[in-house]
Amino acid sequence: MLLIPCPFCGARTESEFAFGGPVKPDRPDPNAVSDEAWVEYVTVVPNPYGPVQERWWHVRGCGTWLTIWRDTRTHEIVEAPDDAG
Amino acid sequence: MQRYSILSLAKNALSGHRGWQPAWRSHPLKDRYEVIVIGAGGHGLATAYYLAREFGITDVAVLERGWLGGGNIARNTVTIRSNYLRDESIPFYVKSVALYEGLTRELNFNMMHSKRTMIDVVQTWPKLRDLRRRQLGMDIYGSTYERITTEEVRRRIPALTGGGPDARLPIICGMVHTDAGVNRHDAVAWGYARAADARGVEIHQQTPVTALIRGANGRIAGVETSRGTVKAGKVVVAVSGHTTTLTETVGLKLPLRTMNLTAFVSEPVKPLVDVIVNCPDSGFYFSQSDKGEMVIGGAPDQGQSFRRDIKQHVFEDTVTAMLSLFPSFKKLKLMRQWGGHLDIAHDASPIMDETDVPGLFVTAGWWGGYKAIPAGGLTLAHLVAKGVPHPLMAPFTIKRFRHLDFVMETGTTTAR
Amino acid sequence: MTQVNRRSQGGRIDRSRPVRFTFNGTGYEGYEGDTLASALLANGVRVTARSFKYHRPRGIVSHGPEEPATLVELDGEDASGNRPVTTVPLKEGLSARSVNCWPSPGFDLGGVNQLISRFIPAGFYYKTFKWPDWHVYEPSIRRAAGLAGAPARPPSSGHFEARHAHADVLIAGAGPAGLMAALAVGRAGKRVFLADEGPEAGGSLLNRNLTIGGRPAMGWVAEVLAELSGMENVTHLQNATVWAYREHNLMIVNERAPGRDSILERNWRVRAGEVVIATGATERTMVFGGNDRPGVMLASSVQAYVNRWGVVPGRRVVLFANNNSVYAVAADLVAADVDVAAIVDSRDDVPQVALDLVPGVEVHKGAVVSGVKGRKALRAVKVEPRTGGGGAFIDCDLLGCSGGWSPTVHLWSQSRSTLTYDEALAAFLPDTAVQPCRAVGAAAGELTLDRIVEGGADLPYAIEPLWRVDVPGQRDKAFLDLQNDVSVSDVQLALREGYSNVEHVKRYTTGGMGIDQGKTGNINIIGTVAMEQGVPLQDVGTTTFRSPYTPVSFGAIGGLREESILFPYRHTPVTQWNKDNGAVMYEAGARWRRPGYFPKAGEGLQEVVNRECHAVRDGVGVYDGSPLGTFELKGRDVPKFLDFIYTNVMSSLTPGNGRYGLMLSDDGLILDDGVAFRLDEHRWMVSTSTGHADAVNMHIEELLQTRFPDWQVMITTVTSQWNNATICGPKSREVMEALGTDIDLSPEAFPFMSFRDGTVAGLPARVVRVSFTGELSYEVNVAPRHMAELWDKVMAAGAPHGILPVGSESSHVLRVEKGFLSLGHEVDGTVDAYDLGMGWIMSRKKPDYMGKRSVLLRRDRGGDRRELVGILPEDPNRQIPEGSPLTPGGRKEATEGVVTACVWSVIQDRWVGLALLKGGRARHGETAHVRLKDDVIPVKITNPVFHDPDGVRLRS
Repeated sequence: MLLIPCPFCGARTESEFAFGGPVKPDRPDPNAVSDEAWVEYVTVVPNPYGPVQERWWHVRGCGTWLTIWRDTRTHEIVEAPDDAG
Repeated sequence: MQRYSILSLAKNALSGHRGWQPAWRSHPLKDRYEVIVIGAGGHGLATAYYLAREFGITDVAVLERGWLGGGNIARNTVTIRSNYLRDESIPFYVKSVALYEGLTRELNFNMMHSKRTMIDVVQTWPKLRDLRRRQLGMDIYGSTYERITTEEVRRRIPALTGGGPDARLPIICGMVHTDAGVNRHDAVAWGYARAADARGVEIHQQTPVTALIRGANGRIAGVETSRGTVKAGKVVVAVSGHTTTLTETVGLKLPLRTMNLTAFVSEPVKPLVDVIVNCPDSGFYFSQSDKGEMVIGGAPDQGQSFRRDIKQHVFEDTVTAMLSLFPSFKKLKLMRQWGGHLDIAHDASPIMDETDVPGLFVTAGWWGGYKAIPAGGLTLAHLVAKGVPHPLMAPFTIKRFRHLDFVMETGTTTAR
Repeated sequence: MTQVNRRSQGGRIDRSRPVRFTFNGTGYEGYEGDTLASALLANGVRVTARSFKYHRPRGIVSHGPEEPATLVELDGEDASGNRPVTTVPLKEGLSARSVNCWPSPGFDLGGVNQLISRFIPAGFYYKTFKWPDWHVYEPSIRRAAGLAGAPARPPSSGHFEARHAHADVLIAGAGPAGLMAALAVGRAGKRVFLADEGPEAGGSLLNRNLTIGGRPAMGWVAEVLAELSGMENVTHLQNATVWAYREHNLMIVNERAPGRDSILERNWRVRAGEVVIATGATERTMVFGGNDRPGVMLASSVQAYVNRWGVVPGRRVVLFANNNSVYAVAADLVAADVDVAAIVDSRDDVPQVALDLVPGVEVHKGAVVSGVKGRKALRAVKVEPRTGGGGAFIDCDLLGCSGGWSPTVHLWSQSRSTLTYDEALAAFLPDTAVQPCRAVGAAAGELTLDRIVEGGADLPYAIEPLWRVDVPGQRDKAFLDLQNDVSVSDVQLALREGYSNVEHVKRYTTGGMGIDQGKTGNINIIGTVAMEQGVPLQDVGTTTFRSPYTPVSFGAIGGLREESILFPYRHTPVTQWNKDNGAVMYEAGARWRRPGYFPKAGEGLQEVVNRECHAVRDGVGVYDGSPLGTFELKGRDVPKFLDFIYTNVMSSLTPGNGRYGLMLSDDGLILDDGVAFRLDEHRWMVSTSTGHADAVNMHIEELLQTRFPDWQVMITTVTSQWNNATICGPKSREVMEALGTDIDLSPEAFPFMSFRDGTVAGLPARVVRVSFTGELSYEVNVAPRHMAELWDKVMAAGAPHGILPVGSESSHVLRVEKGFLSLGHEVDGTVDAYDLGMGWIMSRKKPDYMGKRSVLLRRDRGGDRRELVGILPEDPNRQIPEGSPLTPGGRKEATEGVVTACVWSVIQDRWVGLALLKGGRARHGETAHVRLKDDVIPVKITNPVFHDPDGVRLRS
């Protein structure tokens, strides 16, 4: 159980959150992008052996979607949301 | 290869067991091979073995970061089965189960394959509908799946005393998959390694690959290792979990993410359950090993992870679900628990293919990949040797993503 | 014979409170404060177990959770298996048995395995039992394996419980180092959580006669405990094992018998700012031929039994060691009038300070024990020079061994912090911490009291490692792992066969894989591998330390959370009415409990469903539609947001009206279907399928908060703010009129796909004209507090028309007759809206919406797709199981489709079905074939709408 820094509620235990997935690149304009680039956008997620930027939803708390950098090797949260207390 | 039998055992006993030869040899690392297989896990070793045995390709090096058989094959719950949903999947796993059943003879190594049947304990009607759909699809490919009554489920699993009419999720019925079995995971790794070694395959342990090398022509050229550069015209990546870590070194992106899945065993007790029990609605499954331990698995953790650990709340949920159906297990004790990482593709089905880097092959996305080792190894060796996919693996190439044609195989584990 | 080995004085037992117990059927007596082990030793019981593989007689080896040899099974109220005998507190009436032997450890039939032991070396089963088949051998091997019997039933009384705690500092272990740490952080005012696995604080001080500042060390312990108990910021638990170290400093603690009889065990999740690992050290066994015979114990355990329990486990003792600690043991034994026959020290040079402790005791320097006499009880040990040759036997009935000390680094290692091999201490020590934790005391390699507590007096520690006795001519097996019967020759065999990594050795020999997880023996396996391979121990490394530190009951881990706490369920105010009216209740997705059907006495399922369906088609029915996910969206940008998440255009809706819509994820898969209504200019109500409400909520919130944070859209879940009774059927307007409403019900004033606010039956209501049955329907939404009242009034108003409640079984039939899709049935991750015949819902006007590009890209590939069709079995009375495959010509080959639903249609008076079929829309009128196991059912392919294809009735 991670201890996740919520910008509104402070550090909260993982079971209060739903996992929102790693942060993908911005959605390309579907009418301007190649098939290959669209497929990559849709199916490929960052999968680093190291810090990954990811989202969590504080669904059993304040309802905020927040973004952290977490090291996938250690679970260490290397960067909290900007406004986390 | 030295034969293993009761006679050879007796003969060696008389000489104090000093006559046994190494199951596999150590070799100096050459600077070039025809094929390099990265990862001496189940899929890597099986691929190397079938390359040698089926296609006569023996100039093969298996490069292993740690110790042979130390990846997911050392960490799984050894369930072998073929109860899948789709036409793409069922025949592949039927083949794998058949290969497993003959493996002890073929490799002259006792896998302790125990075809002991799996019983799915069904607790919701939508799940029953899903399983019934599997049943008729599986019948087409010769895999067996039969519905049994709740009374019959309880007769065959006497410890299953929960899930009564007043329970939160009453048991509706069971589904019996007689093709399912368990075996000894270390023996699979060691048996393949020994047989591959006997056919000339070199296995190099403690040889981490740090990067792939691409030639000027764009083809794969070899690998960088902690022991220097090794060249090869064909490289197979069989490193569950770390697939993208390696493929990114040649700029290749794959639709994979790495997840953590845990398992745990109880203390060893006298025989209590002689089938594999799978409770998909509750989210756990287990079987009792020949040593007497209950080997138990559940749902994966949220989020990506390479940490191979245990998320306490996921673990507690699995245990609690189990206690709801098996209340007597409250007195059973947890003895050991561990995690493993695996990579999951966007559609949760495996990927076996030559990549956009010619000569670079991957076998990845194995999500319950233990049961697939023999068929995975055989069909990948076919692709590596012949350059065209084996018909059984054709649905699992990367090309399916070009048109977002997913193989949606839900319920490959008991994820809730 | 009663307590022949009990000293007349001393020890932390209460001689005034005798306790009776039975072991393997024989009655004994011990004292309050005993463990089962100390009581058995007090009674002179030597053979207490049989080993796992060879069934060799074994005794008690240690005094704590590291016990490798004797496991017992408890009967009666306390029934549990595989308990180390050293951790079972004695209590009146306790009944225990040895595991793994029959009929008794003294005479065990499995002992025949000893005769064939040379044929069953490590890994023998990989080489044999192959012919004809493993199944021939497996049953008897399974019966022989396993230790205790499996538990037969849950605890008959009491319960488990879970607690959470937060601490600035969690301290694992209340020995001298843990107590020092607790004092320091406690005095600093920090929140301290101190947990110790034993019944009493003090750690090694309980077992030894040491002084602090010239006074008995246990007096110091009492003072510290008194001070700690006065601190409100300190939580101090005994019988509480810290068994797991998780990420982000989450520690899991198992507390046994926490003071209230009704609570058996308590599971603590403790989140700690810092973790102090004060878990002490474990003594190692010595490895020599016959080192497993009853009477061979750990030296520190001999000391513990004498000092702590007043038990002398032998009359004449030899001690065998490679380090100083054994001299303090000898001194304590001499002080207790025990005959110490000799100390055998493998070192050539023994520090004088150690020798000074034991004047008069014979010390054999540079010598080893290389063999024993006595099979079920030790009679003598063979002592010879370390390099071999010229041995002599010394009579004794007890051998205390000390192979040195291993810091207990399980928790440290579980935290993923690193270990390093220390040559001076011949042990793996904590190295670099990767989580906020530190090791102190013996766990950190500070093995003597003077280095932990100021004023503590202790003998300095010094060791020369001896991983095994390596003299020729040892005939008996030298065990590295007593529990799994792993001997030196097994490790040598593994190495010879190429199993060279320590993990291979562990798996091939099973060394360290027992219940004790090799606490006393693993280091000797590592040492033996290092010796054989000629490499330093650091290079061999340890095997992975895995949780739990000691076994924990699943009951404690599960706590109190079974059944509806783990799987909470949702229900509506009508649940009680449903139950009172005989509804069969189902799990209906998203944890809702809903009525499946309402049988009358003697009625079969199909009869009920037909009755309910007829009511809806010919008269009127009502169902509770409250579980449908309902959301209110508010704000200026809702129209463009809905246009982005739905495939069709929603922004053109005018207030009061609604539209059916489809939501996709960006990879083109169908996420949900539902309806959206515009309440007014800036307020919308969106409903989703019951099963996907939570997923849709997450989807919308994610988009709004992460992709469109500037858009003015607020979403509120109102699923439980509105309940509804959906009145459906041609007579529903009459029922609405009978209920009484201020809403004009005429189809012109209140058409299909619109809503009106008003009152119904005197209750404030929002009435929506949607239809999931194909009939005229009014979804009457009211506040939950009015729902039960509304329901009763609807039933009363409908009674003259024969209104019936409709369960989910009938709802399924009604929607299939209409060809309405259901997400769990027709939508299975392979089809898109075009396949379902709903191409009209994929807007061509909108340049972009979620999933559009992916659907088009997928369809670009061309080829036949599976499309939704209706099917009519040629035999109208032939039911087709839902999920049946369709194959070409009904042959046993790859499928071309699947039957997604099949129901008895009251309209068609026959079985009708829906299917996904390859190229199906072009095949209307043709015959397809359902492939069953032993049968083929020909079906006619039709349009997937069997009732009112023009939708006249639902618009009426």
